[in-house]
Amino acid sequence: MIKVDNLNVAFGDVRAVKSASFTVKDRETYGLVGESGSGKSTVLRALSGLNRQWTGTIAIDGRPIGPVRDKAFYRQVQMVFQDPFGSLHPRHTVDQILSEPIAIHRMDDAEARIRRALDDVGLGPRFRFRYPHQLSGGQRQRVAIARAIILEPSVLLLDEPTSALDVSIQAEVLNLLARLRAERHLTMILVSHNLAVVAHLCDRLAVMNAGAIVEEMTVDDLRRGEPAQAYSKQLLRASLGYDRKMADSLITFE
Amino acid sequence: MSRTAELRSWLITDTPASRAQARWGRMYLSWLAFRRNPLAFGGLIVALAFAVIAVIAPWLATHDPAAQNLAGRLAAPNAANWLGTDELGRDIYSRLLYGTRITLGMVVMVVVLVAPVGLIVGATAGYLGGWPDRILMRITDIFMAFPRLILALAFVAALKPGLTNAVIAIALTAWPPYARLARAETITIRNTDFVAAARIQGASTPRILVRQIMPLCLSSLIVRVTLDMSSIILTAAGLGFLGLGAQPPSPEWGSMIATGRRFILEQWWVATMPGLAIFIASLGFNLLGDGLRDVLDPKQR
Amino acid sequence: MADAPLLSVRNLRVRFATRVGTVEAVRGIDFDVGRERLGIVGESGSGKSVTGRAILRLVPPPGEVVADRMDFAGIDLRNADDAAMRLIRGRRISMVMQDPKFSLNPVMTVGRQIAEAYRVHHRVGGGEARRRALEMLADVRIRDPERVYDLYPHEVSGGMGQRVMIAMMLIPEPDLLIADEPTSALDVTVQMQVLAILDDLVAKRGMGLIFISHDLNLVASFCDRVLVMYGGRIMETLRAGELQQARHPYTRGLLQALPTIGSAGRDLPVLTRDPAWLTEATPGGLMR
Repeated sequence: MIKVDNLNVAFGDVRAVKSASFTVKDRETYGLVGESGSGKSTVLRALSGLNRQWTGTIAIDGRPIGPVRDKAFYRQVQMVFQDPFGSLHPRHTVDQILSEPIAIHRMDDAEARIRRALDDVGLGPRFRFRYPHQLSGGQRQRVAIARAIILEPSVLLLDEPTSALDVSIQAEVLNLLARLRAERHLTMILVSHNLAVVAHLCDRLAVMNAGAIVEEMTVDDLRRGEPAQAYSKQLLRASLGYDRKMADSLITFE
Repeated sequence: MSRTAELRSWLITDTPASRAQARWGRMYLSWLAFRRNPLAFGGLIVALAFAVIAVIAPWLATHDPAAQNLAGRLAAPNAANWLGTDELGRDIYSRLLYGTRITLGMVVMVVVLVAPVGLIVGATAGYLGGWPDRILMRITDIFMAFPRLILALAFVAALKPGLTNAVIAIALTAWPPYARLARAETITIRNTDFVAAARIQGASTPRILVRQIMPLCLSSLIVRVTLDMSSIILTAAGLGFLGLGAQPPSPEWGSMIATGRRFILEQWWVATMPGLAIFIASLGFNLLGDGLRDVLDPKQR
Repeated sequence: MADAPLLSVRNLRVRFATRVGTVEAVRGIDFDVGRERLGIVGESGSGKSVTGRAILRLVPPPGEVVADRMDFAGIDLRNADDAAMRLIRGRRISMVMQDPKFSLNPVMTVGRQIAEAYRVHHRVGGGEARRRALEMLADVRIRDPERVYDLYPHEVSGGMGQRVMIAMMLIPEPDLLIADEPTSALDVTVQMQVLAILDDLVAKRGMGLIFISHDLNLVASFCDRVLVMYGGRIMETLRAGELQQARHPYTRGLLQALPTIGSAGRDLPVLTRDPAWLTEATPGGLMR
């Protein structure tokens, strides 16, 4: 479904992504895990067309795509952002936010589509004419997800979709994403620093560090607790909680 | 529940049932915030009062503003001429009322010309960046480099003195600050996630500018425009004073001061009354602008 | 129960008067802190941060703090005047916030800021303060203190900025450190290193630590005791090792809602909140 080959992104002299290659199968959920500066979000922004300064090959459905995307691409690929406070226009009601993609793509039956999208993300009609400041963080993220699925994409790119949310809200959003994936046969790429979130939602994942993919593994590999590379091992151990001895053994990987 | 309480709860509800209700509710909350600021509220009253006066000036005036009465020239304020008469015996009170029309008319014309230009230039430059930004901003710099009054003077002198040319002259020098402001706002907005989200929905650049960016520039622009109105009033009066704005016999405040200055010591009211009008009008707009800033501009809070 | 607690709080309440009425951010909580690591866990709006600020009387207006008792080492914090509070803040009780970028002066080198923090509370010359600041930087395991001393806040990374913050807060050698989400903005590995520093300082200096966080697992693995807060109240107090034996439905709900490496493929149990939690009698934070 998605094939990334030898992707490179540079900001000036800094190589943010260094020849990353991976393949995501149809209806698969693929995770990109790493710490800040690992390049995981940059990969996603290149995929989504937000970043146009990249070299390499990106193919979706077997067709290579360039840096500049057309409208048809956005019907197929949508994205959910990390910060539910920043990703909704502060002066637009939920209704306006959801009407916008329908208007851009000149789709018919806006009314029914908006109502259905709100139902799908578990919000319902009484949230339709609220402004973002009248919503909680979790509700905002649901609106952002509704906005992404209203175009009925087949690929959903998720950039840390739950890291700004409380644990109990995170669970609700993760369940929502899992349900939408099943109902709408979505292919998803999930970027997160949280190994547990990635392991929960994904089938396979890639660990990134300093712009390069360190290791690719299935979630079963991860669950068995033995990643092959030292960096992934350290990341796994550090995410299990505080341990004085472990803190001493940490090393910096370049 | 009484009608007003009903209306109030309809406005402040957390679950509006329609677009219109959401919009009205939002405006009502802004109004509540605005009302808590007494100075700003005073400014609004002054601004509204001037607007009303401009509209109903013929009914408020006691005399024809152009009617001369050489026998009663330079009369001190009295029962017939509340604010006295000028050197041609015209009633100053009536002339001030009609002058409101000219001044407010100029202000509105300048704002209508200037604000959209500044907004479009600034938002476009800020959003696109790169060479469009550089070109647009250098043009802005060129206009900013001229002292406002001098450029207006040169412009009016080159064409011919008159209201229209004064408006165009003021507008020419007034738009660059708006472009700067809109650009600065746009630069902070353009990298937000909601703009990225709009791009990912496939929105075109003009659509993003109009739908996403401009609405957010608007509030600071409104504040700036309101604060600027006093300086537009002063510039207009200055041009009138120099004889380059509205031409006699039209009762423009600046030109009224100009004629009154000859008698400033003996017949102080001739120059002072229009001066007071200018003072109150510009103070009112300034207070209104300050209040609007508190309500509209979240960065100030 | 061996020694008297460093800080003892009874029936702490924090109220904010707003246009729509009074909001109680903290509704009557009791706890003691000794020379230990006490964790306060809760979701946003639980009142955990306000509690930390209330101790130092740093709740912004219109916030109002009342308590039956708020004793710190024999000083009644409720009645201490501003001058007394200034002596306590920094010197006796310090606070580390989530984002060092907002707490550091952008136009002063980090080293000088640490040295200044020392000189506020100790009458020493510039040379001595510099020496102490360098020592402190080394204590928070900054590899090249001499170089870092002369850097400006924007020149240091997030993890290093947080260490600088900790150095600055610890140089007056406070008895109690309140750390409000000190590592939430950091990568996990950096987080571990920063926590190890705090851990050592508590052990070495006998300092008390209040560690405020949203991360239940992290707090449980790091602290000695954990207070679980919800809606401005303490739901449950746990010994860190006994997290999995938590009894309160809120704590249990939070634990179950956490995705884990083994939870793939099934729905996470969603927490249902019981309004009774806000009114029922709670055990308070007094178990030690």
